[in-house]
Amino acid sequence: MYNFNFEPVFAGFDQLLLGAWLTIQLSVAAMIIGLIVSIACAAGKTSGIAPLRWVIDAYIEIIRNTPFLVQIFFIFFGLPSLGIFLTPNSAALVALVVNFGAYGTEIIRAGIESIQKGQIEAGTALGLSKLQIFRYIIMKPALRTVYPSLTSQFIYLMLTSSVVSAISADDLAAAGNNLQSQTFASFEVYIVITIMYLVMSVGFSTIFSAIEKAAFKYPLSR
Amino acid sequence: MPLIRPFGINEFWIIVLAAQWTIALSAIAFAGGGIGGLLIALMRVSDAKWPRLIATGFIRVFQGTPLLMQLFLVFFGMNILGFAINPWLAATVALTLHASAFLGEIWRGCIEAVPPGQREAATALGLRYYNRMRYIVLPQASKIAVAPTVGFLVQLIKGTSLAAIIGFTELTRQGQIINNATFSPFMVFGTVAAVYFVLCWPLSVLARRMELRFSRATAR
Repeated sequence: MYNFNFEPVFAGFDQLLLGAWLTIQLSVAAMIIGLIVSIACAAGKTSGIAPLRWVIDAYIEIIRNTPFLVQIFFIFFGLPSLGIFLTPNSAALVALVVNFGAYGTEIIRAGIESIQKGQIEAGTALGLSKLQIFRYIIMKPALRTVYPSLTSQFIYLMLTSSVVSAISADDLAAAGNNLQSQTFASFEVYIVITIMYLVMSVGFSTIFSAIEKAAFKYPLSR
Repeated sequence: MPLIRPFGINEFWIIVLAAQWTIALSAIAFAGGGIGGLLIALMRVSDAKWPRLIATGFIRVFQGTPLLMQLFLVFFGMNILGFAINPWLAATVALTLHASAFLGEIWRGCIEAVPPGQREAATALGLRYYNRMRYIVLPQASKIAVAPTVGFLVQLIKGTSLAAIIGFTELTRQGQIINNATFSPFMVFGTVAAVYFVLCWPLSVLARRMELRFSRATAR
């Protein structure tokens, strides 16, 4: 019978906490920048300018139909041959932004398309500028409609971020790899880390539903 | 033989042929996940409390943790259970469990989307659980399920790339190996990405078409 030994894992627990903190920072930063990329791409896709739409479509299809691991290898190992050198952590951030941007664009586009034409016409009739219409009449209700999809995509992003350990960024999974190579308690280390990821995803979904309750007070009209 | 060899047509074909392992791994995980997923979905919509709780917990754990950690846990867990470390077996088991949880959750939604009147009518006609599911509920649910299932297959194929990290030589791992010999990461990972794209994109398009056709058919 195997004897579980969690002692070395808890002796190195501060390493794991440090890794978890970087995972949180990476995911939150990637989400915020990725959201900006998504809104820009979704605006571009619905703008009616055909070449712009083709480029954005190609970006979305390429990212959504290739694995994140290959994307990060391409960015981390491939870009230096173009003269772009990135540290593991910044390569991880870039890869997560690029990845989240593709999924986010489709989610936000769906939100924008759910806005009825009459709303925009009413905005024009009220004399709002194009930017005002985009911000208050299109984006605000659109973001609300897609809020649940966006938040679950964020949690998926955080779980996916464990893959950045493959290029030895300093995230939670990488902290685990280091700890298990120091202690040889592989199974115990990964059990603890998996539980930490689970706690983070439950924690984030709790925070997101609290934000939803606080931010979206007015009733949805259908 | 020089230490660094150029990326040529041979290297290209080695990478392309490694896709067979990606396809094999995806196919096995999809078949296993199909069986497991059906079981989880049925447990999840069961009237009995315990099966429902177990299935809910299973789905929560697998959807709330990274696939990479699931792979590591199975990989090292098998060693603890006394099996020799075997990346091929570990990847198959982990991806099957992963697919079971995701397909279980997708199919639960499809089963619940079948109007409850159908089930009630079947019960009123005297059909027991097995026949009710077999002839009334599942055939209707499966129509709803096709598009999201194909969509998940794309996610699964991409997920098999993580088996490279535990040392199973599929498409991504073969790319790493070739990259270590040729030092042309741009070409190597570009080729690897292109092969994944060729595998996944037709499925993505198919899933989208089926979804569109289905929503048109049910719109009336």
